Parts: sequence; structure tokens; C-alpha cells
Amino acid sequence: MEITLNINGTEKKLNVEPRTLLVQAIRDAGLTGTHIGCDSSSCGVCTVVLDGKTAVKSCTMFAVQAEGHSITTIEGLAQGDKLHPLQQAFHDQHGLQCGYCTPGMIMAAYVLLQHNPNPSEEEIRFGLSGNLCRCTGYQNIVKAVQQAAQMLQQPTGAAADD
Amino acid sequence: MSVQTPNLEPKGIQGLGKPIKRKEDARFIVGKGTYLDDINLPGMLYMALVHSPYAHAKILNIDASEALKIPGVKAVITAKDLAAAGLSWIPTLAGDKQMVLADGKVLYQYQEVAAVFAETRQAAADGAAAVQVEYEPLPVVVDPYKATDPDAPVLREDIKDKMEGAHGPRRHHNHIWNWSVGSKEETEKALAQSEVRIKQHMVYPRSHPAPLEPCGCIGDMNKATGRLTVYMTTQAPHAIRTVLSLVTGIPENNIRVISPDIGGGFGNKVPVYPGYVCAIVGSIVLGAPVKWVETRTENLTTTGFARDFHMDIEIGATKDGKVTAMKVYTLADHGAFDAAADPSKYPAGLFSICTGSYDFQKAYAEVDAVYTNKAPGGVAYRCSFRVTEASYLIERSMDVLAHELKMDPAELRLKNFIRPEQFPYPSALGWTYDSGDYEKTLKVALERIGYYELRKEQAEKRARGELMGIGISTFTEIVGAGPSKDFDILGIKMFDGAEIRVHPSGSAIVRAGTRHQGQGHETTWAQIVSEELGLDVDKIIVEEGDTDTAPYGLGTYASRSTPTAGGAMALAARRIREKAKKIAAHLLEVSENDVEWVDKKFVVKGVPSKSVTMNEVAFAAYTNPPPGLEPGLETTYYYDPPNLTFPHGAYVCVVDIDKGTGEVKVRRFVAIDDCGTIINPMIVEGQVHGGLTEGFAIAFMQEIAFDEQGNHLASNFTDYLLPTALETPRWETGHTVTPSPHHPLGAKGVGESPTVGSPAAFVNAVVDALAHLGVRHIDMPITREKVWRILRQSGIDSF
Repeated sequence: MEITLNINGTEKKLNVEPRTLLVQAIRDAGLTGTHIGCDSSSCGVCTVVLDGKTAVKSCTMFAVQAEGHSITTIEGLAQGDKLHPLQQAFHDQHGLQCGYCTPGMIMAAYVLLQHNPNPSEEEIRFGLSGNLCRCTGYQNIVKAVQQAAQMLQQPTGAAADD
Repeated sequence: MSVQTPNLEPKGIQGLGKPIKRKEDARFIVGKGTYLDDINLPGMLYMALVHSPYAHAKILNIDASEALKIPGVKAVITAKDLAAAGLSWIPTLAGDKQMVLADGKVLYQYQEVAAVFAETRQAAADGAAAVQVEYEPLPVVVDPYKATDPDAPVLREDIKDKMEGAHGPRRHHNHIWNWSVGSKEETEKALAQSEVRIKQHMVYPRSHPAPLEPCGCIGDMNKATGRLTVYMTTQAPHAIRTVLSLVTGIPENNIRVISPDIGGGFGNKVPVYPGYVCAIVGSIVLGAPVKWVETRTENLTTTGFARDFHMDIEIGATKDGKVTAMKVYTLADHGAFDAAADPSKYPAGLFSICTGSYDFQKAYAEVDAVYTNKAPGGVAYRCSFRVTEASYLIERSMDVLAHELKMDPAELRLKNFIRPEQFPYPSALGWTYDSGDYEKTLKVALERIGYYELRKEQAEKRARGELMGIGISTFTEIVGAGPSKDFDILGIKMFDGAEIRVHPSGSAIVRAGTRHQGQGHETTWAQIVSEELGLDVDKIIVEEGDTDTAPYGLGTYASRSTPTAGGAMALAARRIREKAKKIAAHLLEVSENDVEWVDKKFVVKGVPSKSVTMNEVAFAAYTNPPPGLEPGLETTYYYDPPNLTFPHGAYVCVVDIDKGTGEVKVRRFVAIDDCGTIINPMIVEGQVHGGLTEGFAIAFMQEIAFDEQGNHLASNFTDYLLPTALETPRWETGHTVTPSPHHPLGAKGVGESPTVGSPAAFVNAVVDALAHLGVRHIDMPITREKVWRILRQSGIDSF
């Protein structure tokens, strides 16, 4: 069946089966930054943002359910050549190693910071506890989110978020 | 095309010891990495596998007719079809062989029984579900101690009468090999004469690396050219190419293995798995590219288990705590096929590092390996070939001995360390440790955590009935396999290669036979070359993972990249510099003997104002080479390390235990590592954070367990628990630096130290907290339930 998904501001017509998961549809649309890591909605590497404000594990939704919603993936976060503060902060703080969890982790953190612009370390750890990372031990991810929170509270950083 | 790159500040020349940010991040943070499943080829088919629900069963019939009716399904293959190609069984690295698809019987639950090829991944999955297999269940062997009972069922019909194995005689149809090192007689004599002796049984449970990207492969046979391109999640692309050539008969020049970005490996992505072989065979037979990507369940149940060592240790000591001898017996559960990934001469890996950081005069270690109805593997999960089991064994046992002697575990260690002046130190089990200063490292760790204050706090808390424990682990690793006189895989010596090509404009491409999976080689290799050649680190691109372009090497695992390829990279650069010096002399119009390399420039001796940079030399190498000198500026170096490297560390862990629930809270964890020379401290610290987290996971959560019928009890992430940010402790890291005397840079490797060293620290801390209740040992994983049961049995109050 044919559906139209709005991904990163672009309307994409996709031919999917009713059972096709959103993550597969996104990847089949050529946006492979959103990854697949488990079959049980445990790992969070497929996390995307729905309607600009909700972090969703895109393996928990059928593609057809996403019709009419806007979807933001890691590819839609930077403004042209300017990285989103979270992307910059993950780089600055060595918040990634193999990079596989990174897109999902950044998208989850993006929503976390919307709801709580100045989170404590505990709040960050709790907020990201649906996203697994096997490389970093999370410590530098926490630091990256803290840095991004600071950057977003500065006038120049805030512009990149909106 | 829009180019999104991070705002990388210009780095200039950045050599060793600089915490520069990683070059590889640029693509990952914008979602532009290229992992295996991101690769799609025209006309590509998808493969799905049919798995056995039984751990041991005869296959009576396989009926694929319903599967073949599903639209899009192109073919179904079984062992019979593979037999026609001579590929129903493949040799393993350990000298055994393994079924690719079940041949007559299945030997473990989830074993691969058939492969379905289809135009879409959905059709392939539907096809796999529609294949009907009729089984006749057989008795199951789950407990390795029962594997060699006289009446134990025969697991391996194919070798039941073959009593000589790849590593010597087999004494039972389910026995694989017996291996020992050291003098049993002398050790037993020394033990008998010891004033104090401890004995302890401990299990290092079966675990799984579970990188977040599962394994996968695309076989792409081009029938027009006869060339097979294989995209594979592999940590060792060259070794895979050679194995594929040997197994398929395709000449090695006609095989190209590409290992794209890898989403974590940790040893899981070293071996050859049945799924890879089936995808490649499918491509050859069907003439189209075939992609196979594991599901998480396939990953956890069939590819790459680790550990499963059941160990008994005996240590002798004097009354005042000087160790005299150790004797170890281990039963190793290898599953249904001996597919352990170890160097050829070492069926139990480097387990003989089990004397650890201590000056044991006598030691003996013996291992028996057996078959059971479990998946094969024996991968070195973030580990240099069983060093993890060995380090856990000795570090846990030192605490048992300290308890017996009523000695402080730190004091016992300080009393028994190999002293700095004893290096190079010949161990009782045959290794020559390169360098170390164990006392210094432990003292830094004790100071950092405030050890003696913590002991006072513990005494006070214990008096109040509160549970607090302190655990120490002062491990020594053995990594960087390895010197060709001892180390090979399938006969291929374990050297590694590096190639450097300096371009006319002073930039360079460097390549290595290793393949990073998050370790940061694209940055650290560039730093080594920047250090050695004085080139701008941003102008050095690092490429790994394509066998058509990279020099031969055995890959990235066992903490071997920096000890082997890192050495090759430094020596390749120095060879370039030798040639560059001739060109510099030509440009400076002096004799080569009058030129020296100072501050990353060529300078005329005694005339500091007369100098040329490597950039100028590079340009001249192509535009103005000295007469008679071969133009260009590039080289390849194959580095055969003269010895292994022996990183060490001192870890101290503090835990608090809830008396009511059994919950263990890691309050603090200080990790002082000594990995020799540090290339990039930021990356080293990141490796330590990650490794500690995996050690924490193994100590408290991760276990691949089975029920009595051989049913796998941890087949997905809701049953196989990985730590999240919430329960992962905060790590406090630090370093001492004792360079390796033989490595060109003095570096030793660090990626696995924390996974090797930390489990004992966690367990020692928990046992320490409960020691006054009579607890001497608890097997991992230390779940809340286990602790709760111990507390309730001890009769102490819950509140």
C-alpha cells in the first residue's frame, strides 16, 4: 500500500506492507542513519522524533501509523552545515565510539532537553535509559547532553533547536 | 550535495599524548555512517534462516514446498545442497569442523537448518516460517560435568570413533582436548609443603558480547568477472578472505572482503558463521547479491558466545602471606563444535597468564574442553583469548587467600607483586612479562579512593549492621598477539601491516590490516603518523577494512591493534622518514649525515635556520627527487612483534548493599590503568569507561543460561540484560605509564583491560561486604536475588 510520510520536512511516497515497521520504512526511504539493533524495542537505536516533540522507538510503530505525522531523524537535525548542539557536544565530549547507538541516543536526548532544558545527571541517565550503548559506558554521553543543554540555553544555540 | 561536517578546529601536527577529538565522528553524528545493513546493491536478494527449536534432535524430514509457493521466494537450501558444493561442513579455527546447515541432526537450540532466499526481507522471513521440519528429539547434554559421563549421549556422530583430535587424544566421545602447562609434580609438592592452602571453585559464566549492530553479510558473486565481493561485519577482513578462498576454492585474488563501519564487535565479529557462508553460497548459486542480517535472537543464540569456564584453583602460601604455588583445573564448555577463536597453538587461549601480577615460583594449569548441546563459539569477548577468565580467577582467589590469612587484600597483593626490577619477568607458566610497576599503580588507586579511610568506615558500618564492601583487582593482561614464532591462525602468522602514502602536497593516506569498531583508529593512526612525520593530522586519512587496498593483517581483537598495527604504523613512518632524509639533504644541499630530525623538521646540524619540513620534502619527492633515488614517498611495513605486551591496572570498587532487597549499589569505582605510552588520552579513557561497563554487566547482569532441555534462556534483550545509563556507575579513571620496552612507541593496548580487570573487583567488593556472614565466594552474575537469598540464609535483619 502507498503511504506518504513527512520525514525531515520532505514528503516521501512509500510503498509498504501493512506490517512494515516505521524504522524499516524510514531506512527504505534511504535514510539509513536510523538503525535497527533488536527485535524487542529494548535498544533504542531506532529512536526518531515524532511531530517535533515525542521520542519514539520507530520499531514500535507501523509505517502506516506514522502517516500524517512529521518525523525527524538524525539526518534532519543539522541546519545545513551547522551541527545541532547535541551533535557538536557528542563530538566534543567523545560521546560516541562505534556510532551505532548515536543517532537514536541523540534523538532521545533532543526530546529530553525539550522537556527538561536543564536536567541533572540523574535526570539525563533516567531520560536516556531506554537507549543502550555498548561502547561508552554512558559517562561521556551524559557529559555531551550537559554540554548541549548549556549550548541550547545560549541565544545562538537556541536558534538551532527551533 | 550538501556536506555536513562537524566544525572541526584545525588540529595541525598532533602527535602522541594529545586528546584530539575523533576524525571518524564526522559521519556518525549526522547519521552518515555506512554499516552493513545500509548497503543495498541492485537486484539484491535477502536471506532468512530456519532454526531448530530443539537442542538435540534427529532431522527426519525438511519440506520446503510451502515456502517455495510464497511470492518472492526464490530458493531454499539445506545441508544436502551445500554438500553438493562441498560446503555442508566448514573447518573451524580450533581445528574442528562445524555444520553450516544441520546435517542429519541438530546439536543446539536455534541451530541453522535451512536458508531461504527471496526478493524482499519480508518474503524471506515468511519463507523461513513456512519451511516444515520434522524432528525426533534426542537426550540433551547441558551440564559440562555430565558431558563425559560413560552413558552421556553421543553428540558428534561424525567423530565419535576418532579419538585423536586436533589438540591430542580425546578420552570420551564428548571430550575435545586436554591441555596443560607447568609442572604438576613440582607444583603439587610445593602446595603440600605450604603452610596455608586455599581451594576455590568458581564459574565464569557463558556470556555474549551483543554489539548493538548484529552480524551480517552481503555475498556478491559477479559471474561475468568471476569476482566475489563480500561485505561483512568482520573484525578480521584479511583472515576472512583467506578462509573463504580455502573453503570455496575461489582464488584469493578473486575475493574482495569489505568490512564497512562496524557497530561494535567485542569479539563477536571475528569468526566465520553459517549465515555468512549461506549468503555467499546463495549469491554464487543464484547469481545475485544476497544480504543476511542477524536478528537479535539469532545473534544471542547462535553467534559468538564467550567464557563458560568452570575453574578449580588451589593456592599455597606461607603464614605471613607469601604465595608459593598455584594449581588450576578448568572444564571448558565449548558447545557443539570447537569453534573457539584462539591462535592455533593455544586451545585454551592465553589462560596461562593466570599467575597474574604475582611472583609464583610454581604453577600448573590444566584445561579439559567438552562438547555440549549449546551453540559453538568461544570468542574472546573483549578479551585476549581467555585472559579474562584467568584474571578473574587469580584476582578473586587472592581475596579468598587474604580472607583465609585474615590479611588486608591490598597488603597481600603488595607483598606478592612482581617487583619492577624483576622485569623482563619470566613467569612460572612460560611468559616473559615486558614491564610493569604494580605497586605504584595500586598505591595510586588506593590513594585516589581513600582506601584506608574506607576500611575504617566499613568497620564502623559493620558494627552498626550495615553492609559495605571494598574490592580490589590488580590484574596483568597479555595482549598484542603476536610474535610469529608462537602465534598463528590457520598457519598465518599474527603480524600486522601498515601502509603510508605521502602525497605531493603533504597530505597522506594510511592503511592498516586492522579494522576498528569504535576504537578510534582513524584518529590514533593519524596521530602516530603525525608524530613520526610531522604532517598535519587533518591531512592524514586512515582507511581500513578493504582487502583490495589494505595491507595484510589479522585484524582487530585481543587488544592487538596498537601492539601490532600501531607498531607497524610507526615503523612504516620511520622508513618514510629515512627516505625523506635523503631528499631533505638534497634540498638543503648538504650530505645526508649533516641532516637531523628535530622538532618534526629536517635541520642542518649546527645550523638551525636551515631546515625543510616534511611538506617540502613530500613535494620534492614527486617534483625534484635527488638523482638516482626512486621517486615517490610511500611504503608498507609488516611488523612482527618481538613479544606480547602486558598492560596492567589497579581497580578499587566500593559497594553498599541493601539488607532488605539484596540490591548492590556501586558507590565508587577507581580504575588506574597502565597501558604504556598513551596515544590519545581521550580515546583511552573512553575505552576504559566502556570496558568497565561491560565488566559491570558481566559481574551483575549478563548471562547466557540454559534450562535442562537446552532451551536458551536469554534470547533477546528483555532476557539478556544489558546495563542502561541508569544503573551504570560513574567511573573514575587514571593512569600510570610504564612503557613497553619492545614496542616502537612503548604502547601496550588498552581496549580490554577494563573488561578483564573489573569483574573481580566487583565480586570482591560484594564478597567483602558479606565476608563477616561467612561468605567466601559468589558466582557471577551477582543478581539481587542471589544476594537476597544469601542475606536471608544468614539470618541477619532486613532493616
